[in-house]
Amino acid sequence: MTYEPVLTRYVREPNSFTLDFFLKHQGYDGLKKALAMQPNDVIEMVKASGLRGRGGAGFPTGLKWQFVDKKIEPRYIACNADESEPGTFKDHVLMERNPHLLFEGCLIGCWAIGAKVAYIYIRGEFYHVQKIMEAELAKAYAKGYAGKNVLGSGWDCDIVIHRGAGAYEAGEETALIESLEGKRAQPRIKPPFPAVAGLYNKPTAVNNVETLCNLPAIVINGAKWFADLGPEKNGGPKLFCVSGHVRKPGVYEATMRTTLRELIFDYAGGVRDGHQLKAVIPGGSSVPILLPNQLDVPASFDDVQKAGSMLGSAGIIVMDETTCMVWVARNLLYFYKHESCGKCTPCREGGDWLYKILTRIENGEGEMRDIDLLLSVGGNIAGKTLCAFGDAAATPALTTVKNFRGEFEAHIREGRCTLPADWRSSRAAVGAH
Amino acid sequence: MSFHPLMVYDPAHFQKSERATMDEGAAFALTPDRRAKLDDLLTKYPAERKRSAVLAALYLVQEQQGYLTASALRHVAPILDMTPAEVDDVATYYVMFFREKVGTYVLQVCRTLSCALNGAERVTEALSEKLGIKVGETDPSGMFTLLEFECLGACDRAPIVMVNNEHWHEKATPESCAKLVDDIKARGAEALSGCHLWVEKR
Repeated sequence: MTYEPVLTRYVREPNSFTLDFFLKHQGYDGLKKALAMQPNDVIEMVKASGLRGRGGAGFPTGLKWQFVDKKIEPRYIACNADESEPGTFKDHVLMERNPHLLFEGCLIGCWAIGAKVAYIYIRGEFYHVQKIMEAELAKAYAKGYAGKNVLGSGWDCDIVIHRGAGAYEAGEETALIESLEGKRAQPRIKPPFPAVAGLYNKPTAVNNVETLCNLPAIVINGAKWFADLGPEKNGGPKLFCVSGHVRKPGVYEATMRTTLRELIFDYAGGVRDGHQLKAVIPGGSSVPILLPNQLDVPASFDDVQKAGSMLGSAGIIVMDETTCMVWVARNLLYFYKHESCGKCTPCREGGDWLYKILTRIENGEGEMRDIDLLLSVGGNIAGKTLCAFGDAAATPALTTVKNFRGEFEAHIREGRCTLPADWRSSRAAVGAH
Repeated sequence: MSFHPLMVYDPAHFQKSERATMDEGAAFALTPDRRAKLDDLLTKYPAERKRSAVLAALYLVQEQQGYLTASALRHVAPILDMTPAEVDDVATYYVMFFREKVGTYVLQVCRTLSCALNGAERVTEALSEKLGIKVGETDPSGMFTLLEFECLGACDRAPIVMVNNEHWHEKATPESCAKLVDDIKARGAEALSGCHLWVEKR
């Protein structure tokens, strides 16, 4: 059975982002149908579809909506468009090429939980995307798809696009809410969860762009259609981002029955010419590495977890045999130490320690005991912070040592980087800067 | 009550810190059109939640004078019902706000894994060599600032260079960097490749 893309079917076609184009392809049909349903029935339908959050955690969307406290007014949808997980670039495509699908998803979400405003928190670096979205949103308002009296239903619903300013941590749901409130993007203590006390202390559903973009198709085609598209509890269309050392990096839409090996070798054309696969990060930089012999699993939330990693944001980063794993860990730890919000000590200080130890090893100045020090520091960050950032920061160090301990030992024994690839800096790794 | 006999108890102004950590800078006021834009943005949030627009306000400041200064923060703070210290707190957290003078073109090279696997480190080196400056510096002519940035979310077109928080240049190579700098000098942001997803432009 060949799979016909649902979310990205038209994205390469000229003017696919316009309202006219969207209306010619079932645009806002899902919204019309949803508005004819009771809000609670929409929630039940999404629950029955088994839609799971596409941001990383894979939490069932219908359940999240059910938890939203319907006794308190007002309620909000906060759309997480702060796509920042290294290796992830799927929401970028959806927003730039199919923005009305996201607006429709936001409106359906608002209808379901009884919200009158959806804030789309888009990362500041996507300003070129935001400009397109703002122009299209104005058209949607003008034609009555959003704003006052949506489609003549008597129901008002606003969509506001809110620009972030460069903070990975703003992708964490409570940090996103803090940032929307005009504060530093730092996570809150949970509970209370956003469904009870979120934006402005009101019930809020925080949903990823891709999650919301799936709603129109669910409403139009039904919960069963969606669930049947993938393995059990992993239904629906899914966007996969393949990058790194592959021939054809890009965003590929498939079902979660597709294996990681198929995504890398069939969709993305395999490893670049003349090279062999060494390691794969399957779900954005925060998840454990998989080795070439672990890729024959369906790229679903549950199967990738069984294989020892996580599907996360489906950012598949492919590395070939020229890649030094100490360098990989160091590259990512620089990211995490730079992006740590600083609220929790294990993450703020530990990330920097890991980076410094890795720099020492990469420069050939490490000692054998540094390897166990990495494991010890990493183990003292994971699970000891308010949000999942701590676990994410520790993972690159822990997973590279676990899978490639020999490379760390070789660096230390030989007093130099044993795999200095030609695509890397010609200079020695510099210390913290 | 008051903590000290000489300290007047005034809840409306209690603990309103004027503290701001960045340079004082020249006297600042938003231009009328930018002020109008900010007032319009404020209508998108609940009336008592004006500070939600703080990032937008800081972008307007940056658009007007290129970077943030303490006097600019003091100007926007009362508009947003914030203290200057609260604005300072936010402004110093987000990496897209510049706290000192930057060049006309700020080159922001993505350095995270997928871009690095595709040669981003070499791209940064080539730009650094061409401009004669290190990462974080501005060239003597004041035209270029070179920065490293974290994952820009376009890993399939790596390495990515963002310019001035907005314009994109995809698939940069070390070999093409010298030409890119010259092209930007000659044609500005037009010299950049733009985002490949914008198929209409091609």
